[in-house]
Amino acid sequence: MKLNGDLIMDEQKEQNNIRNKKSLIECRGVDVFYGDKQALFGINLDIGEKEVTSLIGPSGCGKSTFLRCINRMNDVIEICKVEGNIKIDNEDIYHPDVDVVELRSRIGMVFQKPNPFPKSVYDNVAYGPKLHGRILHKDDLDAKVEKSLERAGLWSEVKDRLGEPGTSLSGGQQQRLCIARAIAIDPSIILMDEPCSALDPIATAKIEELIDELKDNFTITIVTHSMQQAARVSQRTAFFHLGKLIEVGDTEKIFRSPDHEQTEAYVTGRYG
Amino acid sequence: MPIYHGLYVSLWSTLLPIFLIILLLFFKDSYLNYIVIPFLSEETIDLGIDEILYVKSFLINNISSLSTLISSGFISEGDANLLVEKYQESRVVSFSSLVLLSIILGFVSYKKLSVRYDARRRVERILKFIFFVFSTIAVLTTVGIIFSLIFETLRFFSQVGFFDFVFGTHWSPQTAIREDQVGSSGSFGSIPLFTGTLLITAVAMSIAAPLGLYSAIFLSQYAKPKTRDFLKPILEILAGIPTVVYGFFAALTVGPFVRSCGEYIGLTVATESALAAGLVMGVMIIPYVSSLSDDVMTAVPLSLRDGSLALGATKAETVKKVIIPAALPGIVSALLLAISRAIGETMIVVMAAGLAANLTANPLSAVTTVTVQIVTLLVGDQEFDSAKTLAAFALGLMLFVITLALNVFAMIIVRRYRERYE
Repeated sequence: MKLNGDLIMDEQKEQNNIRNKKSLIECRGVDVFYGDKQALFGINLDIGEKEVTSLIGPSGCGKSTFLRCINRMNDVIEICKVEGNIKIDNEDIYHPDVDVVELRSRIGMVFQKPNPFPKSVYDNVAYGPKLHGRILHKDDLDAKVEKSLERAGLWSEVKDRLGEPGTSLSGGQQQRLCIARAIAIDPSIILMDEPCSALDPIATAKIEELIDELKDNFTITIVTHSMQQAARVSQRTAFFHLGKLIEVGDTEKIFRSPDHEQTEAYVTGRYG
Repeated sequence: MPIYHGLYVSLWSTLLPIFLIILLLFFKDSYLNYIVIPFLSEETIDLGIDEILYVKSFLINNISSLSTLISSGFISEGDANLLVEKYQESRVVSFSSLVLLSIILGFVSYKKLSVRYDARRRVERILKFIFFVFSTIAVLTTVGIIFSLIFETLRFFSQVGFFDFVFGTHWSPQTAIREDQVGSSGSFGSIPLFTGTLLITAVAMSIAAPLGLYSAIFLSQYAKPKTRDFLKPILEILAGIPTVVYGFFAALTVGPFVRSCGEYIGLTVATESALAAGLVMGVMIIPYVSSLSDDVMTAVPLSLRDGSLALGATKAETVKKVIIPAALPGIVSALLLAISRAIGETMIVVMAAGLAANLTANPLSAVTTVTVQIVTLLVGDQEFDSAKTLAAFALGLMLFVITLALNVFAMIIVRRYRERYE
């Protein structure tokens, strides 16, 4: 058993090639099934600490499914079954003893469509901290909200509108509000599922800038359909195809000289 | 568009005649007066409108029984035959002229048709008119009902003082038929009825609101799709049970049960108690709350639920802090619908809560409600002009005003929250 595991490790190191940072998330042989249909096939992927990893690939290739494995959001889907091994900070997150709620409180997530709660801007950001009871005093909470909005680059725009509903903001502002909301729970990891797909180019540029700043403090994994975005924001890129991880490596390498023909076809736009 | 050409012709040849038939129905009465009155003897006319009606109804319903009229001396035989002839003639004339009109209209509109004739737009315009007429029928009926309520109520208030009715605390509508009877003047204080209604509604809502809401939460957030598909229709069956069935269930099972429970712990409970009626009514309106609330909670976008779960909220926290606030307008209107259903419910209360108009806030005693009193006021032989009968209209109007106010209130709440949440 041990031997087998080491073997997979070695294989993986080879595939993950040059790694200058220590990996925070380690996935080994992850299979995902929706009912009888298998969506992911034996994914082995390491995600480095405090860098941006982007997951690219054609629609339906399983990148979002993989992302949702990391904070166990797939548990919400009745028919979804996850097999294999995912470790965060050397802790197996699919171990029966793991408290899923606690796990999710350490991982922020930003969704495809901005989904601010039907509450005020302030309450949106304060939602997580209040929930976990980590902040008890109003002053501390105010400071937390301000800091989170500040880090999401939204404070100057909304500081006079904290009482207004989050849904009254523009699309780009809503998405940054969702990022602020995710930051407010002090996660070590932020997962982003096509965060810019519903936004215009200017709002997209702002989010990308933000991602670049956030990577100093957070481990970010982003699913994206835009190759340019992956190239702009990420240090490492993983290419998925039909539920399999085809190739992973430094972004530059993936886009300049990928090992696999399929990857090259995809990143040059000849396919997908 | 041949189909529109055909439709155009058929609309023209049917609509106007139908409209004319309706008009004729209105004028039929005065026309009959016009042909009947000359034949009646002067004494009969002096006798008044009733006799004219009598002759007319014979004419319309059954010509052959005119012989009864002849033998009873209203009208001579020759006159009767003339009358029948005249009536038949007018029927033939009106019928044939309608058919003729229909044919002419059809022919004229058919002549107007050509390949380039834009029948489609005209048909559209005619249909629009028809739909408009039908929609106004519903509105006019409502307005008519309201006005009849208002006028009868005004008549009632000419006999009973307004403040005696609205603020009076004693209800006993038994007016005597003869002047010398005991209790010849009834008292019409409506307060006990409205407190009774309020009491039973409160009991019913204290059952239906939590049960309905919690089952809606379970159905929409926790239940597996299979469980939900199974449970929801069963809950909705509750709304399909006739209220009479609930009524005798309340009277024969729940009422005695409440009574014996009360006695066991040393409380005096009336056999017919507000509590028993309220409990059963609460069960009856559970589906109104649960089904609607379930619908609105299921309609809350999944992305909101996922957003909350991803922040490390449990399911219960998500329901409490995200789902319910987002679904609140719908939940409020579900509750208000249930309340107006409870206020209007009659059968259960007749059978389980009794007829005694007690002014009390004690759910263990017998009370009565507005709707029950309306029923008892109008059941049996009554003089239509008596204060007792007219009181039913006054109660009906007040009930109407209250449910209207509830609806308006619900709309205001829904609108305010909708602005805030969307």
